[in-house]
Amino acid sequence: MTAPDAILSVDHVSKEFDVSAPWLNRVIERKPRLFVKAVNDVSFSIPRGSCFSIVGESGCGKSTVARLVTGLYSTSGGEIRFGPGTAGRPVRVQMIFQDPQSSLNPRWRAGDIIAEPIREMKLRKTEDETRDRVEDLLRIVGLAADDSAKFPHEFSGGQRQRISIARALASEPELLVCDEPTSALDVSVQAQILNLMRRLQKELGLTYLFISHDLSVVRHMSDTIAVMYLGRIVEMAPAEDLFTAPQHPYSQLLLGTIPDIHAPNRDRDLQAGEPPSPLNPPPGCTFHPRCPLADTRCSREAPALREHGRATVSCHAVEEGRTAAPERSHA
Amino acid sequence: MMLQPVIAPESPGTAPATPVLEVSNLTVEFPTRHGTLTAIDDVSMRIEPGEILGVVGESGAGKSITGLAVLGLLEAPGRIAGGEIHVAGRRVDTLSEEELTKVRGSEMGAIFQDPLTALNPLFSVGAQLVETIRLHTELNKEEARARALHLLREVGIPAPEERLKQFPHQFSGGMRQRVVIALALAAEPGLIIADEPTTALDVSIQAQITTLLRRLCKEHRTGIMLVTHDMGVIAETADRVAVMYSGRVVETGRVEDVIHAPQHPYTKGLMAAIPSLHDRVETLTQIDGSMPRLNTRPSGCAFNPRCPVAGPRCRRDRPELVAAGPNRAACFLHDGGTQ
Repeated sequence: MTAPDAILSVDHVSKEFDVSAPWLNRVIERKPRLFVKAVNDVSFSIPRGSCFSIVGESGCGKSTVARLVTGLYSTSGGEIRFGPGTAGRPVRVQMIFQDPQSSLNPRWRAGDIIAEPIREMKLRKTEDETRDRVEDLLRIVGLAADDSAKFPHEFSGGQRQRISIARALASEPELLVCDEPTSALDVSVQAQILNLMRRLQKELGLTYLFISHDLSVVRHMSDTIAVMYLGRIVEMAPAEDLFTAPQHPYSQLLLGTIPDIHAPNRDRDLQAGEPPSPLNPPPGCTFHPRCPLADTRCSREAPALREHGRATVSCHAVEEGRTAAPERSHA
Repeated sequence: MMLQPVIAPESPGTAPATPVLEVSNLTVEFPTRHGTLTAIDDVSMRIEPGEILGVVGESGAGKSITGLAVLGLLEAPGRIAGGEIHVAGRRVDTLSEEELTKVRGSEMGAIFQDPLTALNPLFSVGAQLVETIRLHTELNKEEARARALHLLREVGIPAPEERLKQFPHQFSGGMRQRVVIALALAAEPGLIIADEPTTALDVSIQAQITTLLRRLCKEHRTGIMLVTHDMGVIAETADRVAVMYSGRVVETGRVEDVIHAPQHPYTKGLMAAIPSLHDRVETLTQIDGSMPRLNTRPSGCAFNPRCPVAGPRCRRDRPELVAAGPNRAACFLHDGGTQ
């Protein structure tokens, strides 16, 4: 499924975390070793210049994917490949984190924070050139050049996230991995940051891997969206298709439960259930205990990702055309 | 199953019922070394029985402080510097700590953002429920236990008999928040202050909790003050909404009206800044700048530096809430012009 112009291809990648009890407890209390499959056989590829988003609830593995791609975690299986970078050098990847309060060093001035990757990677020859570059970057993200002498605490939350973006851009990356970049921000400031990210994408030809739990933000940013549930991608589709015609029952549940200020669905039926513990995922399709369309096959056999039109869906019901089954509320 | 349409709150003219909460001209101050900071500046609001008032605003707008002031939980050096708070017709801001302890829990309940810190990790959920029930009612141990079971069932916790013996860490986030709601309901208070009750939860769980709050509110005629930054939650849950900005209520009205016909420039900007689920725009409408800090609040209308239509009067005088279309807004556009 690798597109020819893919900047990043993730191929059957898995990540297991060892969450076993300490050695002595295992020996004395005979506790077994325990592994969490945080990411399970995930494959996707991102075309150059597009925005690929991963959505899902907490614990679904979306942030783990971001950390695998940036190399902060090593994979337990599968392969992550980058396409050829521009000017013959490898693709440069940078990451923007959720909380600018904790991802910026409080003892460093903004200018030094942004200059660090430039100095470290020796991207500019002299200190003067570095300073010019830092001032350019500050202007690009909508701050003033003399802000470089300030400390992070002197900025508001939105301005701090702008500094994070400037630092990420300092090493001239082609792929930006954004892990919930606006979740810690207020709505009016969130709009500023999202607009900035869209503008930068256009001007600098960036590719985004965008991780978020906020579907309206994802809809605004993405070309393609992957929905993750318990470590697996359950549906992957162009943004338009996913929002107008979600196919997987979990995508439908997610889209049905998000509050929509323009069309509030206030007296809805309760969508029962919660995501099960990833320590002990249900057999077969991991979504079957909550799924209104589940049958015996779903509880035995894990579905594979298959193409349905422009979307890729992993669901037995969609495959068999059981989508017209009675809704949960009438069952 | 379709539920009944939303019961509209009685208008004050036809219903003599005492509001469960009436806040008038509340001012909260924090004296600091660098002068006195006014966190809440002359705020008034009322909640009728069976009504959910959404209090929405960005961080630092003073929405949580309003909730804490009503509960009498302001942390020193914060203090109520003016105004009155009446809960079910009784003035509570002048009560002593001892009297306040009796009112809290029995007449007003609280639900906070993080259910894990709101529960004691060392006691079983049952013990905490029974303790709260016995503190506020005359029930004996057996009856209190039966009531605890009933409450857990009411908030939708499966297998309540077994759950009573379990500890908070054995509950998932959504279930824990249900336990906190059960605790808040223990003495059937007329007013519940819910401060960001769904913020720590995932969307599918969030929908379960807001639906539960709505059901309880309508069944028990409890008034709920729902404090949140999430306009989506307000749209789905509240009957009326008060939009706060920099310590003041800038707009208030029925939830549909505030969302579809916002009158204050801040509310308008806020609504347009939320990405839509239906159509995709190239650039979102953004409000430049950010909310002023308490010590740098501008004179006149606190929103004037960010306001696209501000005039000289906005920098000079402070607007009060006046009728504006279907809502009430604190903006000179609706009160004689900005010149």
